[in-house]
Amino acid sequence: MAMKIIASQCTACGACEFECPNAAISVKRGVFTIDPKLCTECNGQFDSPQCATVCPVDNTCVPA
Amino acid sequence: MAFFVSLDTLDQPTTAKEIRHALKSPRTRKSPAAPPSDIPPALWERIKDHPCYSEEAHHYFARMHVAVAPACNIQCNYCNRKYDCSNESRPGVVSEKLTPEEAYRKIIAVANEVPQLSVLGIAGPGDACYDWRKTKETFARIAKAVPDLKLCLSTNGLALPDHVDEIADMNIDHVTITINMVDPEIGAKIYPWIFYNHKRYTGVEASTILHERQMLGLEMLTARNILVKVNSVLIPGINDAHLSTVNAEVKKRGAFLHNIMPLISDPAHGTHFGLTGQRGPTPAELQAVQDACEGGANLMRHCRQCRADAVGLLCQDRGQDFPISSIPEDITYDPTKREAYRAVIARERDDHRQAKHAAAVALRDAESSARILVAVATQGGGRVNQHFGHAKEFQVYEASAAGVRFIGHRKVDAGYCGGGGDTALDGIIKALAGVEVVLCAKIGECPQEKLVAAGIATSDAYAYDYIESAIGDYYADRYGLKQLALRA
Repeated sequence: MAMKIIASQCTACGACEFECPNAAISVKRGVFTIDPKLCTECNGQFDSPQCATVCPVDNTCVPA
Repeated sequence: MAFFVSLDTLDQPTTAKEIRHALKSPRTRKSPAAPPSDIPPALWERIKDHPCYSEEAHHYFARMHVAVAPACNIQCNYCNRKYDCSNESRPGVVSEKLTPEEAYRKIIAVANEVPQLSVLGIAGPGDACYDWRKTKETFARIAKAVPDLKLCLSTNGLALPDHVDEIADMNIDHVTITINMVDPEIGAKIYPWIFYNHKRYTGVEASTILHERQMLGLEMLTARNILVKVNSVLIPGINDAHLSTVNAEVKKRGAFLHNIMPLISDPAHGTHFGLTGQRGPTPAELQAVQDACEGGANLMRHCRQCRADAVGLLCQDRGQDFPISSIPEDITYDPTKREAYRAVIARERDDHRQAKHAAAVALRDAESSARILVAVATQGGGRVNQHFGHAKEFQVYEASAAGVRFIGHRKVDAGYCGGGGDTALDGIIKALAGVEVVLCAKIGECPQEKLVAAGIATSDAYAYDYIESAIGDYYADRYGLKQLALRA
């Protein structure tokens, strides 16, 4: 159970990185990725996955 | 220089009797107020070098934006955050996003090369208050290296109240809040959603929260004596009739300046408004809304809606001249050029102010009821100093017996000599609608003839004069009592 980022649609704004409560999102050479081992889809933490909730491009942070 | 006769002359006294009567009527002479007369000295000290906050300063001083804070907490229907193009000039558009460390190097490189630089702004894409850590780190680093650079930021206001104390602590003296509405029902047509307290809100609920946070942030800033400019995007059919209410509300809460900007909308931009065919306002519609706000919060009329990575005087953008790849890793600040420039400008501004006063006197003494629009080609310094064919924008002033008043600028897609030629000229003529005369440093015969045929006079007789002097002299030559006496 984890989220992933569709890199081709990502604007690399980085909002998801600092909203993630699990520090599961990192950036390497401008490409943001979610570590599935750390991602909880915000279950028990928030009403909805924070990355998808803040992301400015629809359907870019999606369940893996 | 032969001028065509405009209908304006029909309002003028044309008989010798009328002119003699005009000469006898007492003149109301006001003592010359120390310009700028409408701004208290303490406030003037804070804004005099800020090209966005002071119309006078924008002739002399340059700003620089760095795109370090790309994350945003709201979605606006006029914004598409995927967009990135070096040919586009509008807010929210950049070619490179920078880390705070890269931004530091770029700012130093620009400060070394652009002596007019006086202001550093963080203005998107994204929100400087929401992406606060990067904003703060950038400002902290540069404040140490170049302490006299003024810091300012732009925000949608949603996260603003959380950072007002830090903004005050960091001496960020100028904050711009984009406020497009004070009525959430209208807001719902502009903002599809906001991200607040870990939730996404939509519709009227979203705009209600945004509105409350904007007003709270504005009040908190003005309570701390921080200068606040409010930007509003004029969206015809949505908030055009509402912006005078916005003006009154933000004035009540202490906003210093209100900048009403036309919506930029094009399907190619991929914004919601672009794709749904929402149009932007015409220059006349923009001026009508601005005029409806006269008497409220002061209006900014010289905004160029610059890119979020713009560098230079407002009339030019050198943002592409300083790609981060061209800047060395270890760069140190050299204040020589900026200091030399400031010394020259201090003298020049005094001189310019006297010239402005003289122009106001010349206009008043012309005793004419003509009210005309004059377009000027300038490349800074407050002078008529640009070749017509090189101008990519014209600054438009209104001249009347009341004085010279800056109205705004008219952008043209391509200059006449910039490869645009006759096609460009058609666009220029369209952009100059309502203008009586174009003053420039030089103009070729061919474009001059075509402009005259379109009812727009041109003159390079005032080349290199201060703009106000040139307009004052033109007006006196054209409409002054001596001229009228000759015609009678």
